[in-house]
Amino acid sequence: MSGSAISGSATTARPEPQRPQPPFGRRLCAVAANEASGGYRLFTLDDSEGPVPRAGQFYMLAAAEGWGRETGRPYLPRAFSVASAETADGGVRLGFLADSVGPGTRRLCDLEPGQRVWINGPLGRPFSEPAEVVPGAAGAILVGGGIGVAPLALLREELADRNVPVRTLLGFRDQRHSGGLDDLFACCEVRLASDDGHTGHRGYVTDLLAVLLEGDAARSAVVYSCGPPPMLEAVRAMCAERGVACQLALEAPMACGFGACFGCAVPLAEGGYMRLCVDGPVVGGEQIETAMVPGSGH
Amino acid sequence: MRVEFAGLALEHPVVNGSGTFDAIAARRVFGDALLASFPFSAFVSKTITPAPRAGNPPPRLFETPSGLINSIGLPNKGLDGFLAQDLPQLAELPVPLIVSVMGTSQEEFARLIDGVAGREEVAAVELNISCPNVHSGLIVGEEPEETLALLRALRDLTGKPLIVKLTPNVAHPARVAIAAEEGGADGVCLINTLKAAAIHPGSARPWLGAGRGGLSGPAVRPVAMQQTLAVAEAVSIPLIAMGGVATGADAFELLAAGATLVGVGTESFRDPRAGEKVRLELAEMLAKSGFSSPAAVGSTGAGAPAGA
Repeated sequence: MSGSAISGSATTARPEPQRPQPPFGRRLCAVAANEASGGYRLFTLDDSEGPVPRAGQFYMLAAAEGWGRETGRPYLPRAFSVASAETADGGVRLGFLADSVGPGTRRLCDLEPGQRVWINGPLGRPFSEPAEVVPGAAGAILVGGGIGVAPLALLREELADRNVPVRTLLGFRDQRHSGGLDDLFACCEVRLASDDGHTGHRGYVTDLLAVLLEGDAARSAVVYSCGPPPMLEAVRAMCAERGVACQLALEAPMACGFGACFGCAVPLAEGGYMRLCVDGPVVGGEQIETAMVPGSGH
Repeated sequence: MRVEFAGLALEHPVVNGSGTFDAIAARRVFGDALLASFPFSAFVSKTITPAPRAGNPPPRLFETPSGLINSIGLPNKGLDGFLAQDLPQLAELPVPLIVSVMGTSQEEFARLIDGVAGREEVAAVELNISCPNVHSGLIVGEEPEETLALLRALRDLTGKPLIVKLTPNVAHPARVAIAAEEGGADGVCLINTLKAAAIHPGSARPWLGAGRGGLSGPAVRPVAMQQTLAVAEAVSIPLIAMGGVATGADAFELLAAGATLVGVGTESFRDPRAGEKVRLELAEMLAKSGFSSPAAVGSTGAGAPAGA
């Protein structure tokens, strides 16, 4: 199958990780729980129909009731990376991390157990395993920032299940923006950074990455990252400079999530655009010139 | 709910709006389940231009109350890329294919018609005339004379149905529809998006990368309703009506206003199977209201006010 309308070649030349096929059409799921998590909300949905997602994939979410309650917004569903996926009772319990910053996230953060959510997914290209990115790669370095730690939580589990050595670096602006840390990474060793120094290294998570990448062993590692665009761009540039392979989970404004609207255009290094929903959201660092995607974070 | 439109025999009256559903990408995402329950009775392609286009710089989307502003910029592979890569895949769809084309001159349109209308996989051609004629500088779809001249130049190139996509951004869309009919068009399709813009609150500059865009979604539905009434009254060729259709009731109302087919566009972004939902709800409404067919709804004289 071809990739994006103009510049599909670069995106399809990379080995395509297996992606689970979602049912055709949106479906209703019940909210299992919705808990505070370090200033964010961590909510879970019971999906009885969909396949188990891969880390890096996303779902389009819209509350079945009260969507559009703020003078007609939100109107469109919102794209969320999946943070956890546990099989139970013949279905999958999906976890999502949300920060209440706009009408869509506000409604989702207010979800109560038993309420229903329209979901479409899992969608998009997942993270590849290190050996799929670099033959003989020794391990993975995960670099997450803020709410972007969500897909890395699931990735860490996937890689641990496959006995891939993982080092996890997480950065947070402050206590309020450290959601998911205690709930999604409780089991494992992580190195922390915070802008305000409330925990771990005072400074950027990329300071920690720079130290790790100084060693020769880093050459056979693959860096996986998700977080605010300036952090992602720093990771991309750092990896490019040192010749380390990286995969970045990007964000772009998105109406549909399945290639219909052509809204989530991200400029490609070779010229033209990709549609982030079908050719991403996980991209190789070499595919883009910058991770500062216009319009992200709206 | 079988219906005939400009010589095409269709299973039901619900189609997609051009550029609101990419059947090739959707099949890549959902697999052959898409074909097993294809949401539309005919598939309208994204607009094809003679040369490839990358599309507009992002951001391309802005959500509004009950609507969406887009400025996508018609990204497509160009005529040759479409014929070589996309057409074989679209030919595998279980419904007739309508190809949307746009040129910036009569010569370009003629080249596009030559390229697509002769292919047996193509059932009909939709003319996207919301662009300037490079010779006159006028937007073809905003000028009845330009529209008439274009249709006269293209009509004899193909025996297949030519459908003219009308712009809502004129005072009297019916005048353009009349010109299209006079030029030999087999049908008209309305409405395209309404011109719209948004400002970025932080920078106080236009939000969209291209500065301006077009509004769609339920926010435009009453405009689509009015223009459908006006155009249906003015021409005798059949109409594809769209604009914010999200339910069977919305489709029913457009049929009552004089449309033969109804398009689902932005709602497909919210629900990939929206077309199927609209069709099922419409069938139920027809059965409950005692209408024998979708065509029967439009023959009730809805142009006259009810309850007068």
